[in-house]
Amino acid sequence: MLPLIGILIVVAGFALRFNPLAVVVTAAIATGLAAGHTLTDVVAAFGKAFIESRSVAVVWLALPVIGLLERSGLKERARIVVSRIKVATTGRLLLAYLAVRQITAALGLTSLGGHAQMVRPLIAPMAEAAAETTVGDIDDATRYRIRAHAAATDNIGVFFGEDIFIAIGSILLIRGFLEQNGIHVEATSLAVWAVPTAICAFVIHGVRLLMLDRRLAGARVAE
Amino acid sequence: MITLEFVYVLMGLMMAGVAIVNLRDRASAKRYNNAAFWGIYAAMFLFGSRLPNLLNGALVIVMVLVLVIGKLGGAPAEATTRAEREASAARWGNALFIPALTIPAVTLAGTFAFKNFLVNGQPFVDQTQITLISLGISTVVALIVGLVMLRPPLGAPIAESRRLMDAVSWAAVLPQALAALGAMFALAGVGPIIAGLVQKWIPLDTPFAAVAAYTIGMALFTAIMGNAFAAFPVMTAGIGLPLVVHKFGGSVVVMSAVGMLSGFCGTLTTPMAANFNIVPVALLEIPDEYAVIKAQIPTALLLLAANTAIMSLFVYRR
Repeated sequence: MLPLIGILIVVAGFALRFNPLAVVVTAAIATGLAAGHTLTDVVAAFGKAFIESRSVAVVWLALPVIGLLERSGLKERARIVVSRIKVATTGRLLLAYLAVRQITAALGLTSLGGHAQMVRPLIAPMAEAAAETTVGDIDDATRYRIRAHAAATDNIGVFFGEDIFIAIGSILLIRGFLEQNGIHVEATSLAVWAVPTAICAFVIHGVRLLMLDRRLAGARVAE
Repeated sequence: MITLEFVYVLMGLMMAGVAIVNLRDRASAKRYNNAAFWGIYAAMFLFGSRLPNLLNGALVIVMVLVLVIGKLGGAPAEATTRAEREASAARWGNALFIPALTIPAVTLAGTFAFKNFLVNGQPFVDQTQITLISLGISTVVALIVGLVMLRPPLGAPIAESRRLMDAVSWAAVLPQALAALGAMFALAGVGPIIAGLVQKWIPLDTPFAAVAAYTIGMALFTAIMGNAFAAFPVMTAGIGLPLVVHKFGGSVVVMSAVGMLSGFCGTLTTPMAANFNIVPVALLEIPDEYAVIKAQIPTALLLLAANTAIMSLFVYRR
């Protein structure tokens, strides 16, 4: 049971808002010590595992070109493209964004969306505006609910799109872990098995977004 | 033959560039801390394979000490003004997406082209790491396309890398540290302990029960840890591999792909995944701290049920 102290450190450290990187490294060292290894053995084992996991960080190699494009107006251009998707209601607008987010994430373009880049400046204001045009004035509680749904849609879109891209961190982690256990799998076959869940996510969340439209309309009628 | 070491040298050069730009930035109060943090990280990519394990472990600890005691500086302001970027966006139009799309296009093309591609009877790239090496090559190609197309100042790519890396900051290292934590859990036998607890409390004597324990376990453990990457090695070593794959003969590909996605369902439900669930609440000025989680929970639960169904339908098919 003692090695479970690492899990306890992660839970407590995150709950107390310590720096997550410091918490994770502390938990790793503590886990090794609790399993009865000496400090030098534990630090060496951690160093070995860290070096062997370097491939997880390879995605950052995309930053020089992404930064270069941002400098030349990539985000501004993306906003223009999204704003041209004309849809009437809050639910349908978020549904369109869900599709765009899932598809671009599946192509490896996870950084084209995001809360700071897309949701705050564009998606949330557009979703609120759509509600105002279709059902009239909305109260604060409704406004906050629409914003929360805008953020949620961004998360769900990226989570259940990115695993279709073969070089995303989670696929690399799966391959790395299985290789440590002596099993070799192809990244492409893992990506293929992310597709059924991606479709389910689109259908489930899409239906919920269309139900949000009905709730917004219903709230208006009830007044 | 091109191996992963080639990709690590690219990473090391980029991180070294980020460290040097930080070091030369007299406007940054934390320039020495940031330079040390990224400089050590660069060294681990450039020389890590040849350094002793103990030294590599100690270097990670030094990075954490710089982070916790010294603190890191944030990202600098953008190099161009909003008006300049809007003018540039209008000038280039959708052509701006071309260099960005070069990355997935070349990665995909390389994945197929390098398979069994021989030069003088030797494979051109390491056949076990085709995807990663293709990704590394694609970023270089995309950067060349971007440089030729946009003709920025020569230092722009590395200055922009520094801006983005300092914006992501320590979180850039977190996935790698979590993968190493998973390896430590494996070393300490955490997986078997968790599996023992699960098997003691829940009867797992049918193939479906094993699948359900694995998918629900992934979601629950991810919610506790805040990160599916941390949960995956533990649950897969504890339940996925020994029960779903070895005992009941399931497919390792279906198990791990759908298992990871079950973990993502857990991510949607937890304040531990602060980047996704708490940060946007602040960013969108919503008073209820858990508003985004509440909006996500129904989708998370339904999708977890869907994942359990998908896995139990397909994992045992031969």
